[in-house]
Amino acid sequence: MNTAHDMGGMQGFGAIEETASDSPLFHAEWEQRVLALTLAMGATGSWNIDQSRAARENMHPAVYLNSSYFEIWFSGLQKLMLERGLVTPQEIATGRAVVPPLPLQRKLLAVDVASALAKGSPTTRPTPSPARFKVGDSVRVKMINPIQHTRVPRYIRGHAGHISAVRGGHVFADANAQTLSAPAMEEAQWLYTVRFDANELWGADTTASEVYVDCWESYFE
Amino acid sequence: MTQDHSHPQPLSDIEIRVKALESLLIEKGYVDPQTLDALIDTYENKIGPKNGAKVVAKAWKDPAYKAWLLDDATAAIASLGFTGRQGEHMVVVENTPAVHNLVVCTLCSCYPWPVLGIPPVWYKSPAFRAKAVIDPKGVMADFGHRLPEGVAIRVWDSTAELRYLVLPLAPHDANALSIEHLEGMVTRDAMIGVAV
Repeated sequence: MNTAHDMGGMQGFGAIEETASDSPLFHAEWEQRVLALTLAMGATGSWNIDQSRAARENMHPAVYLNSSYFEIWFSGLQKLMLERGLVTPQEIATGRAVVPPLPLQRKLLAVDVASALAKGSPTTRPTPSPARFKVGDSVRVKMINPIQHTRVPRYIRGHAGHISAVRGGHVFADANAQTLSAPAMEEAQWLYTVRFDANELWGADTTASEVYVDCWESYFE
Repeated sequence: MTQDHSHPQPLSDIEIRVKALESLLIEKGYVDPQTLDALIDTYENKIGPKNGAKVVAKAWKDPAYKAWLLDDATAAIASLGFTGRQGEHMVVVENTPAVHNLVVCTLCSCYPWPVLGIPPVWYKSPAFRAKAVIDPKGVMADFGHRLPEGVAIRVWDSTAELRYLVLPLAPHDANALSIEHLEGMVTRDAMIGVAV
């Protein structure tokens, strides 16, 4: 979806702020709680990471741009729980439980935090067919404008590049975001790193020499 | 949560709403407060750019490790004990006198947590996400850095589950310095590529 999260190449935001190396990672304690709540609820398996990204992106662009990072996370977390009936609007408004909880696949316990984080969630998967492309091949990104979650940024659509690396089969994010129940029936596709000449993307108005973007195979013509 | 009751301040709207959601999720049994505290403690005190500095300093000292790191970063970094969430698939890109690398996530905030911790505020900001892929020199200027004339900039946009770490140029006297000293010279910003 062509919403405000897809920012590559936008102009007018001004200089980057809070660049000091000792700038705090959080502006307030509530931001830490939102991070922790999001990680803890994510660990329950009630949705996947692509669904959580989609939930954050699906805000009105004006609201997205006017919200702080953790306000966007907070909004996304509420949306994901409401969609699944884990909470009700009334419960969110009051902070008190009204309907019984739904069963969860898992619950992250404090004692398991370190091991769960160290394990992570690898996205490599076997693919049904061999890779269509090899390092050095020319590719062109399809001109697509899906109304659903996608990881192909606008600024590379329709542009030509070269395969810089073949990264193996990975869960296809665009499809993974579309199922309400997790774990979804995962679709794996070959993932590539594509090298774009910066002038191909931006004309002369760039200070980059090359831009590298990770693309799943179905993004290519 | 701790609160200083000697100087009561009215809670902001977002603080009230976050507190309400946290108590709701605890009441429903979806999350444990101890888990939330452990998650915060992990990223506040245990996982941060010191991990990445260990990777970089070792690569500066040990050519075999550097070769492994550039070939299979996930395994080479795991050998130092840094694995897991948001670093499941690592790629290390090497700066040279002719090429500088800079990492961004234009779509959100993808960042190599096991080696750098959680991203700084600026990494998640529209100003950085928008500018990095079109004007990386402008980004570096915002950080007070300027590359020598003729150095090419490669920008890496983390659009999938690969997470990138920049291997900065080693200091000229790296061989003469201890690995602990070298670790102290590695900055987070250099490992993202907004600094040299």
